[in-house]
Amino acid sequence: MCASGKYSSRGPALIPRMKTRHRIYYITLFSVVLLGLIATGMFQFWPHSIESTADWTLDKRSVHDAPLVRLPVSSPIPERGDLSCRMHTCFDVYRCGYNPKNRIKVYIYPLQRFVDEVGVPISSTGLSREYNDLLSAISDSDFYTDDVTRACLFVPSIDVLNQNSLRIRETAQALAMLPRWDKGMNHLLFNMLPGGPPDYNTALDVPRDRALLAGGGFSTWTYRQGYDVSIPVYSPLSADVELPERQPGPRRYFILSSQTAIHREYRAELERLKEENGEALLLLDKCSNLSQGAASARKRCYKGQVYDYPQILQESSFCVVLRGARLGQAALSDVLQAGCVPVILADSYILPFSEVLDWKRASVVIPEEKLSEMYTILKSIPHRQVEEMQRQARWFWEAYFSSMKAIGLTTLQIINDRIYPYASRTYEQWNNPPVVKWSSVNSPLFLPLIPPRAPGFTAVVLTYDRIESLFRVITEISKVPSLAKLLVVWNNQNKSPPEESLWPKIAVPLKVVRTKENKLSNRFFPYDEIETEAVLAIDDDIIMLTSDELQFGYEVWREFPDRLVGYPGRLHLWDHEMGKWKYESEWTNEVSMVLTGAAFYHKYFNYLYTYKMPGDIKSWVDAHMNCEDIAMNFLVANITGKAPIKVTPRKKFKCPECTAIDGLSLDQTHMVERSECINKFASVFGTMPLKVVEHRADPVLYKDDFPEKLKSFPNIGSL
Amino acid sequence: MQAKKRYLLVSVGAGLVFLVYLWGLHIGEFQQQPYQYHQQEYQYYHHSQDLYQPRPQLHPRLHHQHTSPRERRAICDNIYKNRRCRMETCFDFSRCQSGFRVYIYPPQRGDEISESYQKILSVIEESRFHTTDPSRACLFVLAVDTLDRDQLSAQYIQNVRSRIQNLPTWNDGRNHLIFNLYSGTWPDYTEDLGFEVGQAMLAKASVDVVNFRPNFDISIPLFSKDHPLKGGGKGYLTLNDVPPSRKYLLVFKGKRYLTGIGSETRNALYHIHNGEDIILLTTCKHGKDWEKHKDSRCDRDNEEYAKYDYQELLHNSTFCLVPRGRRLGSFRFLEALQAACIPVLLSNGWELPFSEVIDWRKAAIIGDERLLLQVPSITRSVDRGRILALRQQTQFLWDAYFSSVAKIVLTTLEIIQDRVHSHVSRNQLMWNSLPGGLYVLPEFSTDPAVFPFYYAALGKLPSQQFTAVIHMVTPLQSQVCPVVKLIIAVARSKFCAQIVVLWNCDKPLPPRNKWPSTSVPLTVIEGQTKTMSSRFFPHDVILTDAILSLDEDSVLSTNEVDFAFIVWQSFPERIVGYPARSHYWDSSRSRWAYTSKWTNDYSMVLTGAAFYHRYYHYLYTYYVPASLLTMVDRMANCEDILMNFLVSAVTKQPPIKVTQKKQYKETMMTQGSKASRWADPDHFAQRQTCMNAFSHWLGFMPLVHSQMRLDPVLFRDQVSILRKKYRDIERL
Repeated sequence: MCASGKYSSRGPALIPRMKTRHRIYYITLFSVVLLGLIATGMFQFWPHSIESTADWTLDKRSVHDAPLVRLPVSSPIPERGDLSCRMHTCFDVYRCGYNPKNRIKVYIYPLQRFVDEVGVPISSTGLSREYNDLLSAISDSDFYTDDVTRACLFVPSIDVLNQNSLRIRETAQALAMLPRWDKGMNHLLFNMLPGGPPDYNTALDVPRDRALLAGGGFSTWTYRQGYDVSIPVYSPLSADVELPERQPGPRRYFILSSQTAIHREYRAELERLKEENGEALLLLDKCSNLSQGAASARKRCYKGQVYDYPQILQESSFCVVLRGARLGQAALSDVLQAGCVPVILADSYILPFSEVLDWKRASVVIPEEKLSEMYTILKSIPHRQVEEMQRQARWFWEAYFSSMKAIGLTTLQIINDRIYPYASRTYEQWNNPPVVKWSSVNSPLFLPLIPPRAPGFTAVVLTYDRIESLFRVITEISKVPSLAKLLVVWNNQNKSPPEESLWPKIAVPLKVVRTKENKLSNRFFPYDEIETEAVLAIDDDIIMLTSDELQFGYEVWREFPDRLVGYPGRLHLWDHEMGKWKYESEWTNEVSMVLTGAAFYHKYFNYLYTYKMPGDIKSWVDAHMNCEDIAMNFLVANITGKAPIKVTPRKKFKCPECTAIDGLSLDQTHMVERSECINKFASVFGTMPLKVVEHRADPVLYKDDFPEKLKSFPNIGSL
Repeated sequence: MQAKKRYLLVSVGAGLVFLVYLWGLHIGEFQQQPYQYHQQEYQYYHHSQDLYQPRPQLHPRLHHQHTSPRERRAICDNIYKNRRCRMETCFDFSRCQSGFRVYIYPPQRGDEISESYQKILSVIEESRFHTTDPSRACLFVLAVDTLDRDQLSAQYIQNVRSRIQNLPTWNDGRNHLIFNLYSGTWPDYTEDLGFEVGQAMLAKASVDVVNFRPNFDISIPLFSKDHPLKGGGKGYLTLNDVPPSRKYLLVFKGKRYLTGIGSETRNALYHIHNGEDIILLTTCKHGKDWEKHKDSRCDRDNEEYAKYDYQELLHNSTFCLVPRGRRLGSFRFLEALQAACIPVLLSNGWELPFSEVIDWRKAAIIGDERLLLQVPSITRSVDRGRILALRQQTQFLWDAYFSSVAKIVLTTLEIIQDRVHSHVSRNQLMWNSLPGGLYVLPEFSTDPAVFPFYYAALGKLPSQQFTAVIHMVTPLQSQVCPVVKLIIAVARSKFCAQIVVLWNCDKPLPPRNKWPSTSVPLTVIEGQTKTMSSRFFPHDVILTDAILSLDEDSVLSTNEVDFAFIVWQSFPERIVGYPARSHYWDSSRSRWAYTSKWTNDYSMVLTGAAFYHRYYHYLYTYYVPASLLTMVDRMANCEDILMNFLVSAVTKQPPIKVTQKKQYKETMMTQGSKASRWADPDHFAQRQTCMNAFSHWLGFMPLVHSQMRLDPVLFRDQVSILRKKYRDIERL
């Protein structure tokens, strides 16, 4: 803007000496130029100002623009960190409040340059690129708030990632000068390289009152469990080098050591291991013939032979990560990135994010003393497990190590989980790589319970207007000993159900629910009237099932309460010609679905069907007036990972799927429609969840040469 | 003209200035960028590389200051003692090289040992870790009762300090484990035990996180003296009701202390009590002089308190409040867990029981005493699916780790063992999902994928092949004897990877050419001991997940083998087999009885012809106490019953019987192969004895009945036999 300023100051000096004609010309020219300037200026700055209204960016608060703050010598120094601090003693939880999103709000202090009395900055680096990335990531996340009064957590803009570049006393004074410091309450500091020579403390030496520390390299004595967060030491190679993910499997080397600053005692120990085991071990060191600098960080040597680092890490199954003077090593990040299983030898080291990550699935931790036994220990791990660990290691890097953003947001998520523990991420969410998340199932009914027989089951009959058939079904079902209640879902809005006196008299309560719309999904609505765990869905024309068969079905359901237990079975097949799924109702040796025209299931699935059915499946079913049973089979198989159970031999069902009209052509369109359903549902679920089995359940003594009257369920399979 | 020239000049000048301005803007942008590049020089890791190779010109002395790792460890060992103990500084790993063995000091005459401590000691004595030789021990347990260290308690033992100091192997507590339930006393309830713990590990209830030495001490739950030794009460959850048809949302009934430590939270509970679905009752009545401190609400509270029954509340509520008392933990925690009443913990700073391995967020709501007023909205916001999962997890944890003193003590020991052999230890998945850490032996593998329990959780499938293991006790007589037929039939299965013959016969091994030639490899292993239990030895040659265990006289067709294996793949954690047996409670003799009659249900599948996971071989050999194995070997009987007990104890499920009953066992017997143990009249009586011995060992009867068997889908259906895949199964 200084250009326009200069211009306008010159303008008035010229104008008085000119004629009006000229003056008009100059005024017009001047205004045109001015307009042009304003327009370009606007164009230049407009988009920036939109972005930066809410966001914390370096552009806006670059180091040079940041206000200078001079620290008086006498300004207060915070106390050293209190080892007994925990969330309930040193953290003000009232600032976080109860909110429906269960998300903490994080405030970042504006950038300031702190200097001491004589003008020397408190840090030799100012704001490092890494810390800037971290702050930008937080400001772009939904944790961020620019309203200091709403914040639960405060992050100073003072970079303490590397203690070596700090003047400790002055940094501490600077922290204490922060406007909301308040004894460090709810403040979060990020530090990756703590301590300094000669004793290399395992936590940041800067006195910091009660501030939380996200530190890389905690030992068990400095780490305040449940308060501090152990973070990785970020490796700059993560951003610089792209290592494509390699298929897990055996590698050229068995063990690789690539760290350069290994204590000579350890190196001697490693050399000894190499002598014993030869080629399986590769022991690299820094290259003596290369000049120092950036290039040397990317090379490693063994007896004059040069290897590219970190690429060489991908050539080994296990990679040694030994402690240095510090416990936390950036090499861990490189090793994980390469999909090499880290062998961690750092006694008392708190592994990064160990509060949530299960390191036993991705690494091998060996006490330093047992370095000499490393080879034998690693050899005892089976190949399959090594492959699993390689995959897991790579996933940890991708999700939690790969960038300052990943590190920062993981830290905040961990703190968030502590403040809202009832809404925290689960072990599976933290530890399962995407491929496992996709293929694994955690059944909602995982406890192996065989529910008691006594509560019985509720039969839910969906009906429209076939009263005669309905009454027959009711009479038949009422003979089943374990029937607890009968619920008729009256799906016909144009006609009232028959008068109460006309209904068959049965021993158990009979309830009729009238629906608002004639929809198939009404069958699976979680009616309050259903009080038992077991539900028997049954069509109003299924009269051929005997009481023994139904009772037996209920007994089988009790043994498998997390499955659909039904009578007519169906199968899905892959049609190679058409390249899509096909529905099969013929006599097959396999079953992957049971029809819900007669099936027992847990009432929780009603709730899932009504409220948690993925995509538009529910509306598709209602629109097509078909396939509600296939949808239910998909839902249950997807969430439990288990096949349904078909009970008792096949009977001559009056083809329960094809309703009133018979005929081959209708049958065929029906099959086409059902096949379409399968394809549609498989695409919504993104996978084919149905499981194929070759068994059905029969009573133990079915068809055995044994007196019928002594059998529990004699009347099974009669046609 | 001049004017025109001037106009032109000025216009051009203006244009130029404009261009310069635009250029200036761009320069500005460029100038910002170098600043960023500039930053790279200051990368924070700048000095991180030179760790042990210090720059000599700057720190000439550093080399000396940097002691060798061994010396550094020695220094650590000296500094980090007592309150700052960790495994690496206060535990002598070298004592454990020959295995994890626990030694109990012999009791002295006149020792008063409380009932609870007696239970703890007897559990250790019966466990597979126990040793009577102190020189082989990795861990030492005191004979003197340290459970109650409340000086005002009647159980308090006075001379513990001197008793401990006089132990010859005390060694400042190194490798010692001390159990404690109560410590400190009124008014401040510090965690002081009244003697120096030194470097001994504490297994302690109600520990505060600040006093807790992470990965060294163990937090155990507070249990009452009535807590059963073994077996233990079942969880109350029998139905997975969704939404839980429980009357109350949140309940609590307990004492209120009015003043002193831990009184604030309970004093404030009335704020969220609503008398409808949140019932929080307190009484001021406790001790002799409660009326001195009585406040204005006491009378009303006491009145309300009397109206409700504690058990009734516990059984009819979805959530149970577990606030701290004088100490951090309370009995209420285990009671709520057993009742499937999701604990809502209000006990700031409590290191939860076995928190080193148990993920409590899956089974409890961890609240904050400061946020008492949020508790109602938090509990209401938990959705149905989560409640369902939380309640099931309470039951799993209760049954796996807490329902008996044995489970609590064994969990404590297993946690320590996992630390001692850290590279052969269980991961969090193993501890926090069924069947729980005690049944999962990491010595078998640390990889969850090779156990039968985690296929679904890991998205994996069991391997598609099986190994047939044939147990032979009679010599190979001819080419037509049943075992030859059996080998041929099994080898014909397309899922068969190999056949292993366990030669447990006293006769010498027949030459190679006597065995039938098969398309799959046939391995003959001659048992060293030739005992009954050795048929379940986890031989290294068995590589497949599935094992088909066979007696030499079993009669099976290839079809039957194929079908049973396909079924097993759906139930890899269970035993899937052919002949089944049942058990029942013989009330006239009040003991368990065994039956081989035709019944409508079964609870065991004979391992003479059954598929199961190879892990069960390992569990059978290393989990079952030696005394039971010797009993089985001595009688040469019951090994199949024991296997069924074991698998059902692990899975809580019945085995699975496939296909119709055949009469082969019975026919074999009448054919009179004299060696057949089935012909022995004592055989049956022994099996009754076994049932009772095994259930006594477990402390409960694990067997579960099933009323169904699995047949091929088209079994006996009226459709052409050509359509059927398993035709042989139709023929008897």
